[in-house]
Amino acid sequence: MTVRLSCISKRFQEHVALDDVSLEIPRGSLTALLGPSGSGKSTLLRIIAGLEDPDAGTVHIDGIDVTGVRPQRRGIGFVFQNYAAFKHMTVRDNIGFGLSVRRRPKAEIHSRVDELLELVQLRGLGERFPGQLSGGQRQRMALARALAVDPAVLLLDEPFGALDARVRADLRRWLRELHEQTEVTTVLVTHDQEEAMEVADRIAVMDHAHIRQVGAPRELYDDPSNPFVMEFFGTVNRVGDAFVRPHDLKLERVPTGADGAATIERLVHLGFAVRADLVQDDGHMLTAQLTADEVADLGLEVGDSVAVAARRERVFLEGEGI
Amino acid sequence: MRAKYLLRGLAGVYLAIVLVAPLVFVFWSAFRHGLGPFWSAISTPEAVAALKLTLITALVAVPANTIFGILAALALTRRTFRGRRVFGALIDLPLALSPVVVGLALLLVWGEAGWFGPWMIHHGMPVVFSTPGIILATIVVSLPFVTRELVPVLNELGVEQQEAAATLGASPLHIVWRITLPAIRYGLVYGIVLTTARVVGEFGAVAVVSGNIAGQSQTMTLFVENRFQAFDLVGAYSASVVLALISVVTVAAMRMLNRRGIR
Repeated sequence: MTVRLSCISKRFQEHVALDDVSLEIPRGSLTALLGPSGSGKSTLLRIIAGLEDPDAGTVHIDGIDVTGVRPQRRGIGFVFQNYAAFKHMTVRDNIGFGLSVRRRPKAEIHSRVDELLELVQLRGLGERFPGQLSGGQRQRMALARALAVDPAVLLLDEPFGALDARVRADLRRWLRELHEQTEVTTVLVTHDQEEAMEVADRIAVMDHAHIRQVGAPRELYDDPSNPFVMEFFGTVNRVGDAFVRPHDLKLERVPTGADGAATIERLVHLGFAVRADLVQDDGHMLTAQLTADEVADLGLEVGDSVAVAARRERVFLEGEGI
Repeated sequence: MRAKYLLRGLAGVYLAIVLVAPLVFVFWSAFRHGLGPFWSAISTPEAVAALKLTLITALVAVPANTIFGILAALALTRRTFRGRRVFGALIDLPLALSPVVVGLALLLVWGEAGWFGPWMIHHGMPVVFSTPGIILATIVVSLPFVTRELVPVLNELGVEQQEAAATLGASPLHIVWRITLPAIRYGLVYGIVLTTARVVGEFGAVAVVSGNIAGQSQTMTLFVENRFQAFDLVGAYSASVVLALISVVTVAAMRMLNRRGIR
């Protein structure tokens, strides 16, 4: 176990950011802290880094209690959403900063920085200033800077949040590959469930100062332990007490006015998939997702009456409710 | 197009009337009879003593207020503590106070009949009517400039770069030296230039606490006033030229330092 958080609580004045949160982050994993803004995920990350002190609870890194230890001595690397580039230093000096602080010999720093420039695909840009790089390049520089000191844990706070969609997608894939190469234990904060599912091997879903569920991406999607997690990973329909995913709804044409039938309000063609917005006779709205072929086979049109059945559904026990 | 030139013309005329013309006149008056009278005016023992006193005052007051200004700006932007607003307002106070009032207040505290004055005089370190008083008065009136320049710059800078440096292992001192100071150097240099200008040019507060004794407790500004009152116009203008040159040298030196800082 590389990082163990036990019973962490933190409040900012009246606002409770974290309420008795515990989490274990295995060595070598890439764990995402996923949640809406204000859920406490960034605060938790900053507590691991030592940039915030918890009001209660302990932080262990590699079995050592580091609660109250300054960030300088925690053996972590931190990457900020807005890069936090040292603007007055060259890319080379930025990346070498941690090593020069540790008074390593110049030649060693130089060759290590060369390695890192190669690793983050910034070869040849070492003498530039951060202002002369694109956002994506700046963030790769920030990653190299954090990796330079061989951190026990790499902490990423919404690292792709300030980038446009195309660059973000590239960097996600690149980060996944980088993680497989370096095998540094990594914690990634994000509010984007797609990003978490693509990059992370474990996800901790956070909401309102609590962790709602921890698991592999697949697990969280297929087997959510509460409605919040289920709803966070995509659209959900309420059918009585049950929660059903749009693609788990099965439609069948029935005569108009049939008992319990729903009417198709709208068909949205999204290429391969088609989204159908339905209204049940009691006024309840449903969203179903079908393939374009299914729609064609059934000959569905707006205004048609359909019977709705759930192929798969989830019912949460009392106390797990919203 | 025409409006643009009109605006430029107006700005130029305005600057010429209020700034350039008086300055040119000062230089012209000082050198009207050539270098000889200028040189003899500024090499009298009184003039040399005044220049020395002004430089000594600047050498103490500018570094003191620079260091204090940096620390105060860091405290105001990076810490939350009780009375922070009051602290900020206090630093701004000398801007609002008339320098004469500052001088009088110092007299009240450090003068012969003041709170600490008698004790200092008894121990052979009179403050008022001597160099320490002049330095003190100058420090008070030039206190706000560095802080006022740095607070917005530090707010704009944010804390991320410093936090990043901390996670990379840099000690707090190291962070200030290698990250914060380089990042705020433009504001800092500007603050130092303003402070220096104020220190060198201060008149009111110094006039009250110094006693204005020629050759002893007379700074350059007091010396200019003294020469002017004595109808020694060449002396007054020549000393003014020296004051102006000190300012020019300061600005030039700071610009050069800054350029080297960029590497």
